[in-house]
Parts: sequence; structure tokens; C-alpha cells
Amino acid sequence: MLEKWVKDAVLEVQEYMRLQGQTIRGVFSRPFYFHDVVEQFEQIGIGSLTVVILTGFFTGAVLALQTGITLDQFGARPFVGRLVSASMVKELGPVLTGLMLAGRIGSGIAAELGSMAVTDQINALRALGTDPVRKLVVPRVLAGFFMAPVLTIIANTVGIVGGWLIAVFQLRVASSLYWSSILEGLYPEDVWMGLIKPFCLGYAIVTIGCHVGLRARGGTQGVGRATTQAVVAASVAVIFVDFVVTRLLITLTY
Amino acid sequence: MEPQVSATGVIEAPAAGGPVLELEHVSLAFDDKVILRDVSFSVLPGRTKIILGASGSGKSTILKLVLGLLKPDGGVIRVNGQRVDTMSERELIEVRGDVGMVFQEGALFDSLTVAENVGYKLYEETNLPLDEVRRRVEEVLGFVQLEEFVDRMPSELSGGQRRRVAIARAMAAKPGILLYDEATTGLDPITATTIDEEMLKLRDLEEVTTVVVTHQLRDAFFVATHAAVPDGTGFRIVPADARKVDEAEFIMLKEGRIAFEGNAAELRASTDDYIRTFLS
Repeated sequence: MLEKWVKDAVLEVQEYMRLQGQTIRGVFSRPFYFHDVVEQFEQIGIGSLTVVILTGFFTGAVLALQTGITLDQFGARPFVGRLVSASMVKELGPVLTGLMLAGRIGSGIAAELGSMAVTDQINALRALGTDPVRKLVVPRVLAGFFMAPVLTIIANTVGIVGGWLIAVFQLRVASSLYWSSILEGLYPEDVWMGLIKPFCLGYAIVTIGCHVGLRARGGTQGVGRATTQAVVAASVAVIFVDFVVTRLLITLTY
Repeated sequence: MEPQVSATGVIEAPAAGGPVLELEHVSLAFDDKVILRDVSFSVLPGRTKIILGASGSGKSTILKLVLGLLKPDGGVIRVNGQRVDTMSERELIEVRGDVGMVFQEGALFDSLTVAENVGYKLYEETNLPLDEVRRRVEEVLGFVQLEEFVDRMPSELSGGQRRRVAIARAMAAKPGILLYDEATTGLDPITATTIDEEMLKLRDLEEVTTVVVTHQLRDAFFVATHAAVPDGTGFRIVPADARKVDEAEFIMLKEGRIAFEGNAAELRASTDDYIRTFLS
């Protein structure tokens, strides 16, 4: 029982690493399916805008509300902008965008590729002379890798605006004070950290979704299982990768 | 028979008339479950090989091995004289250029239209001009009598139409060998007959080597005992002559082994209990 579990786990890791190797090779060699890359940028990038904007906005707003109460105890209400911006840019923006993408993109990719796998469409692609990794995985990984940072920047911006609305209309902090405290509170290291993280998170979410989807077996039930696995694994990966990258960047930049 | 490598390094096709498909002592197992044991057979160009057997007997696995979608644990598989069981995925792409496969249930790409499905290989994997691809797509859809469905999505098609589109997709790049995996399973007898007729048309009018995997005896015997002949601009299905019937070979798989190999008359005359039960 334990032996089988260990064997399956090792096989899973080995296959995941192999998929990553094939993907990286696929990015730098031909054939390259440019049309699919553009399509995935649209689906993953533009398609996730609504959920990312909503999440970012309300996170920024609730952050301002909560920190406003705490800061009041120290008479530091004017610093609410600094807290909102630092939290959003360094941590909440990348992580919450990552979690939203894990739910939306990770599940979508696993379900789509899983359905293709259980209905023999992946085999049909191979039979027609197409490498499924180049055709299906590479475009999604590129889109996830490059669009996650863009979406994170949007979430950060909208979150800071959400915090500004609460600061001005609820906490009665002067607008100019809010913005100047943001600029004072943000250091280049924070911005770098906030920008580097989403690249890693986007890559992890999409590769996990692709890996789980391509290995789906057992009809519609298998697709359902793959989708759940992808969301769970990608969400945990977001938190884990966030921790590892944060630790690494703190060592390197601070 | 090893493929000959020319001075330019190009792998040359086997001598004319030799088998286009060969399996020698092929075996395969998934963990403890043995799928195929010591399976050997060959198919000559333009001939028909019908692989019969119960569900789970390893029939479809043979087709996946031929295409290189699976690797055998032992044995040798040659397609057009080239050994595919040791080839890399990249090398296999060239071999697959001459082999079309009609998958169980069609395996059409859900997100593409009928035209995009049929022309997939030509659109994506060749540099043919788009109008030429479009012409070929219309030609093959005309061949399977589905011209008017060109812009439909696969979800809008019936089961029989999906199989015919799958046949059109498999033949679009003019392969020399076509593999049919349960192409008529789940279809009513009338629709199944139209699929059988498409197989005969491709075999007799386009000279395509045909490997049919099925457990539908009615369709297996129909393909083995009929032929398509040109009739004006169209075609006619007629009972095949004795030579043609003799050339269509059957294989019966039982628990991963070949339990029978021979023509339709020999299969009907078999006294083996398993075969008798299967045929009844």
C-alpha cells in the first residue's frame, strides 16, 4: 500500500518534471503555434480581468477598513495608504491574483485538457503529427507566465484605488495624504518582489493544470477528479511558491 | 526486413509488394495486466485486415502500437518498412504522415468546426496554401457526403456524421494506410453500413490499406465480402469477387493472443469453441 503510494508519487513528480522539460524545449524550438499563443493570452489574460479586478478592489477596500481601525488606536490613520500599498504590492496582490487564477485558469485548463485526454483527442493530435505539448501546453504556459504579472499589477492598482475610496469617504483621510503615503511607503525592493512573484505563480498554476489535465483517465469522472486536483494543487502551490520566493528575495534584496 | 538507408541518409520504403505493416512477437502489459502476448501478423498493401475480439482483448491497443502512441514491452513493429517501436516522438511524426486513424467515437476536436477538423493536419502541419487546403477539405467532405456540414461544430452532428467526419479527417492528407478503431460501434445498422461503404470506397477506389478493429461481426463480414466499384461519377457497392474475399484476412484476439488467423470462409468454418461462441 505505502510502496504503491510512494511509487505513484515519484512517478507523478517525474512526469511533471518531464512535462516542464518538454515545455521549455517547446518554447525555444519549432514548430511554434503562434495563433494558439495569441488565443491563450486572450483567454487567460483578458478572460481573467473581471475576477482579478473585483478581487483586487474589495481586498484593497477591506484592507483600508481594517487597518484604519487599528491605526486609529495609535493615531496613525493618515498612514493607511502606506499599509494598503505595501500589503497589496508585496503580498496580497500576487497571492490573491494567483489564487483566483488557480481557480479560474488551473481548473479550466485541467478540465479542457482532461476532456481531450479521455476522449482520445490528445491521441488524435499525435496521430495527425502534432506534439500536444507544443500545441496545448506551451501556449498556455507562456500566457500564464506573462499574463499573471500584468493581472497582478492591475489587481494592485485597483486595490489601491479601493483603499483610497475607503480612506477618503469612510476614514476621512485627505486624498493627497493617502497618495503621498503610498509613494513614501513603497520601496523598489517591494515593487521587485511584487513583480517577480507572479511570474513564478503563473508558471506553477498553468504547468500544474496542464500536467493534471493531460494525465486524466476514466471518463467524465476522471475529468472531474482532475479539475479538483488541479485547483487544490495549484492553490497550495501558490502559497508554497509565494513563501519560497519571498524567502529567497528577502535574502537577495534586503 | 530492415529499412534501407540511402547515401543521402533518407530511409527508403520497402520493396514494392512487401508488407506495409508488420508486427513480430509483440507483447505489452500494464503493471500486472497482460494486454498482448506474442502477437505477430502482417498486412500487404491495398489489403484488408479485420481484427475481431471481445472488449478488452487488446484490439485497439494494436492500432495505438502501430501509430507509436504506445510502446510495446517486446517485439518489433514496422510501418512501411520502418521500425516504429524504437522511434522517438519526433521521428514518428514522419511515419504517421502515411497512416490515418479513425478513433472510437471519432475523437473530433470539439473547439474546431468540421472544416477545421478535417483540414487540421493540412492547416497546421503543412505549408499548403489556404485555398488549396480548403479545396481538399471540400473534396474529402464530398467523398463522405457531408459537404453541407463544413461550418458546423462537432456537437451539432449525429454519431454517424461524426464518424464520417473522422474518416474524412483521417484521409485528408492521403495516407496509404487507414486504421479504424470500432468505427461502427454504437451506430444503428443503416448508419453503420454507410460507414462500411466509406471504408470500401477508400480501399477500392483510393487503394488504401485497411485495418479494421471491431466486435461488430455484421460490419466485419460486410467489409470482407463487398467491394466498391466506380459507377459514372459515383460508386456502387457490389459483392466482392472470390479473390478479393480471400484477400480480406481476419484475426481473432482472445485474452491478448491471436486465437485465429484466416479469411472469412475459414473463420465461419472454424470449430474452435471460443470462435463459435463469438460468431453465434
